[in-house]
Formats: sequence, C-alpha cells, structure tokens
Amino acid sequence: MSSEARLMQGNEACVEGAIAAGMRFYAGYPITPSTEIAELSAEKLPKVGGKFIQMEDEIASMGAVIGASLTGLKAMTATSGPGFSLKQENIGFASLTEVPCVIVNVQRGGPSTGLPTLPAQGDVMQARWGTHGDHPIIVLSPSYVKEVYELTIRAFNLSEKYRVPCILLMDEVVAHMREKVELPDPSTIKIINRKKPAPSIVNYEPYRDYDGDGIPPMASFGEGMSFHVTGLIHDVTGFPSTNARVTEALINRLMKKIFDNLDDILDYESIFVEDAESVVISFGSTARSVLRAVHLMRQEGQKIGMIRLKTIWPFAHKAIQNLSSQVKNLIVAEMNFGQMVETVRASAGGRFNVVGLNKFNGELITPDEVIVKVREVMGHA
Amino acid sequence: MRKELEKYFRTEKLPHIWCPGCSHGILTGAVIRAIDNLKLDQKKICIVSGIGCSSRAPGYMNFYTLHTTHGRALAFATGIKLANPDLKVIVLTGDGDCAAIGGNHFIHAARRNIDITTVVFNNNIYGMTSGQYSPMTPRGAYATTAPYGNIDRSFDLCKLAQSAGATYVARGTVYHIPQLIKLIEKALQHKGFSFVDAVSICPTYFGRKNKMASPVKMMEFIRDASIPIKSAEKLSKEELAGKIVIGEFYEEQAPEYTEEYAKVIEKVREGN
Repeated sequence: MSSEARLMQGNEACVEGAIAAGMRFYAGYPITPSTEIAELSAEKLPKVGGKFIQMEDEIASMGAVIGASLTGLKAMTATSGPGFSLKQENIGFASLTEVPCVIVNVQRGGPSTGLPTLPAQGDVMQARWGTHGDHPIIVLSPSYVKEVYELTIRAFNLSEKYRVPCILLMDEVVAHMREKVELPDPSTIKIINRKKPAPSIVNYEPYRDYDGDGIPPMASFGEGMSFHVTGLIHDVTGFPSTNARVTEALINRLMKKIFDNLDDILDYESIFVEDAESVVISFGSTARSVLRAVHLMRQEGQKIGMIRLKTIWPFAHKAIQNLSSQVKNLIVAEMNFGQMVETVRASAGGRFNVVGLNKFNGELITPDEVIVKVREVMGHA
Repeated sequence: MRKELEKYFRTEKLPHIWCPGCSHGILTGAVIRAIDNLKLDQKKICIVSGIGCSSRAPGYMNFYTLHTTHGRALAFATGIKLANPDLKVIVLTGDGDCAAIGGNHFIHAARRNIDITTVVFNNNIYGMTSGQYSPMTPRGAYATTAPYGNIDRSFDLCKLAQSAGATYVARGTVYHIPQLIKLIEKALQHKGFSFVDAVSICPTYFGRKNKMASPVKMMEFIRDASIPIKSAEKLSKEELAGKIVIGEFYEEQAPEYTEEYAKVIEKVREGN
C-alpha cells in the first residue's frame, strides 16, 4: 500500500528513509541544523525495537555507532560542521575497519561555529578528506525532500554493500524545507544488507577477500566467531601488521572496492546537456536555483544545460569527460569559496573553460545570479 | 600458563609486545582468571580497548575484541552494549586513555550506569609514547614531559568514578593479585557500571625516571605504599599521603541503562 502524500521536512524524510532502510541504532549529539534527525530518531526507533542514545559528545556518538554496527545493527548519526569535524577520527576508523555506518552532515556556514542556522556547502572537501590518511568514502547529496528519503536509503545500501562509511551531505535548506512527499510502499524499496560469512567457513578471517570482489564478508560480535578489529593496519586475519606488502594490499583493496564499482555508486542527472554550450554543475539546494535558471535561459533560446550530482564522492569524472566538444564552459555553482570547482577543473583537463560561481555569506545562490554568471561567461553579459 | 587458561588466549599471538618487567601481562592474566573463575560464556564476551600499552591486551585474548581510537573505548563499548545487551562488555584501558583523552566518556558511562566493566591498567605514565606524564602521575614525579618534576595534581579515579555514578568501585594492585582477581570477579558479576583501578608498574618509563628502574623495586614500592581500605579509614589525611588505598570502595544496586531502555521499547510498543 502506498502512503498518502505528506508535508515533510528534509530532516524528517531522512529519519523515515533511515528506518525504511533498516536503521535500528542512532547515536548523536544535539547540533543545529540537524537536531530534528536526533529528535525524530529518539521518537521512532523504540517503536520498531531500535535503540537511540544521546551521547556526551560527537566523538562518542561516532564511536557508539561503530560499536553498534559491529554487533550487526544498521547505525546512523547526524551532525553539522563543527560536529562533523569532531567525528572525523572515528570516521577514519570505520573506513579502515570497514564498518558500515551512515553519517549525516547538515552543512551550515563555517568555518568554526560560523553561521549555525544559515546554509552553506563548505564541507565538500571535508566530507572527502576530513579524516587522515588515504581512505575510501562515499558521499551523497540530495536536492529535494523526497530525494533526502531516497538517498538516505541509498546511503545505507551502499554502506552495507561496500562496507564503507557513507556520508549524506545535506545543506540547511534541504534539511529544513518542507515539501509534499509521497513515500513509496515499503515492500517496493530495495534494501541491501551486509554480506555475512558462509556457514561453511572455518577459522573465519575477517578481512579475507573470500569472494574476490574486494569486500570481505562481515561477522557480528555475538554471533559465535571470535575475531579482532583494530584501527591499526592489519592483515587478512585482522591483526596488526607493519609489513609494506600487507599495507599496500589493504589500502589498494579499500580503494579498489569503490573505484571498481563506480557504475553502481555514481549517480547524477544531466539536463539539456546534449546541445549545450555551457553546462552548470551543482548539487544540493543550489541545484534547484540552477534548474530554474536553466529553464529560464532555455526559454530565451540559450544553449545551456546542467549536471546535478547526487553522488559527490567518488567524483563523477565521466559526467564531465563524456560531455561533447561543443561544450565550451563549465560553471560550478556551490555555496562555498570554491571547492568542487577544483575537482571539475582537474576532470576537464583543459578541454573546457571552468568557472566557479561561489557564495559564502549564508545566503542561497539565486536563479538570477546563475543567469548573470552564465551570461558573463558566455560573453553576452 | 595453566593449560585450562589457554583457550582464553590467542596463543599464536604471543609473546606480547610489552617491555620486560611490565605488569600488564599480570593484569591481563588477572582478568582472564576472573572470567575463568566465574565460568562466563566465552562466546558472550566482548573486550574493548583504546590506545596505549594496556589497550594492546585484547589482541591476545580470545573473545570478540575491539581495539578502538585513543580514549574512545567506552564510547564504542556503549554502542556495543546498547545494541546487544546479551554481550558481557569489558573495557581494558590505560590511565592516559581513560582519565585524560577519554575522561568525558568515562564519567558519562559511569553516570548512565551502563552494564560495562572497566579495568584501568594504571601505571601512572604514557608508556606507548615512552614516558610522558599522565593525569595519574604523582606530583613531584619525573617524566619526559616533566623534566623538572610534575606539578599537575592527579585524579583519585575511584572517587571520580563513584561521584560520576559508577555502582561498583574498587582498587587493587599488581602486587596483590588474589585480591585483584576477586575484585574483578565482583565487578564482572555486578549489574551496572563497574570500575576497577588496577595499579600497575612501568619500570621502563616511570621507574627509570623515578629511581625504580627494576621491576622488583617498583613492586616493593607498591607493596609498601598499599594500605587496605579498612586500615586507611583510621588514618588522617596527612598519614594517608602517598598511600595507595586498596579494596572495595563502593557498591550499589541502581537502574541499569540497557534494562531501562528495554523498558522504554516495551512501553512504546504497548502504546502502539
């Protein structure tokens, strides 16, 4: 049965999506503008037999989430800029130990305490490289309330499938805006659960690539198989090693399990790019302004298109590289001083003129500002 | 090692990495003996540690073991225990791990009275990084980062645990092993947050800086400084200066966190 249409906030859609995806554990710490996610998780989780805990700080929340996931529960935490910074060490732990978990970061203006209630997209690079060392991570970014629901489910699915922390990078606008949403029939939702070790395995080695797909099956604490988990570089048995070949093999596998599956992980929407001379690249709430601008300019006959990234990291280089040679300009619209634009520039490799449209004052990028920028770049300002 | 204890160890991982004369092996043995004496189900025990010398212990122990980030063992352990209350969760931590970087998690785990047993391997020093002063280094002692003598005041971890809400609190030492095993047994049997301050020795980094480079000297120091709580009660504050008071400090039955949460689930689901 399909539920009736509801007026729903982005943060609420996130919790609905998480529970639909199978979230049964949430640990968090209050921070604007993500707090509704904690409040609604506290209310809804016990109803489905799940657990909620408000921890003493952001670091502890991330630790508790990893601990819960190691017992087999799907676990999530939500935060905003300053809290996201605090979680980074344990996000790295989850990345190296391959513990599935979902981290929601509702971005606000920064740096530091910054602009607690105003929108920004300043954590693009922190989401990719916030924790130390080479590590895999998946980052998704929704633009609509309905999409918050869908991408939260997808974040759990990707996290479970690839045993990697998955970050849902929202912004304050998407998180607090209310839109009409019709949730799908739960039975139609595709749910992915982590791969378990085959019962035939004796002497289970927690980091052995039994299936050759780069993703070791994951036992849970409490299931009967004794095993060790450490944040130190480890061999296939899970115990520490400083051996150069072991280290290289582990880091290679961690990276390859993501980069060998880009077709599955990458998700983006291309609009009017076929005959476009200028393409605006955007994500999150900014993409909504871009879409409006593109429609308005198309009505004027301008050859403009857009790419809306739903998977931010790994970066969808193919979305740039597949653009036809008639494209002259790429405009990267983002609410920061210029973060994703550098990756787009690297991806363009000199083929296109790459320009940033940046705003970092706590105000949204408006459709008018997109139009002005595109006209300027196209040379008819 | 006694044959019947071998099943609790990952014997292929031995010998351990600790320095000659370190007492962390004795403490690991005490935890194992307490588990064995109680005949706890090995398949229901999860041992969690942070970072430091003591936090390497779980790697040698044949249970579900988790070696986390510095200071965060109790945060991870809280997630494990709440997610699966059937597990017996034991945290092994050091004095720096528990009382400095992990101090916040320590007081809040105690406050929640979550059913976790914490044993701090308290050797008064950061051993893994080779001898910096910790929150447990006595005033006046020397360390690589206190070359002119430590001016920091140290915690009384038992008082801290008790005032934060721990419902079983005890202190033992590596010199008084039969007593320490008993204290850990009581902690493991206690429902709620139980805490054992296990006073340990680091001849290599604490001893060498403080004229006790030989393990025997350090053991003798602990023997001579220790005083049972019953005797300590008769002494003045001045007479107690520099003493290590050992024994059982506190025990109380109080609502346990995961049981309380189970009641929340029950209440909410009845309402449905």
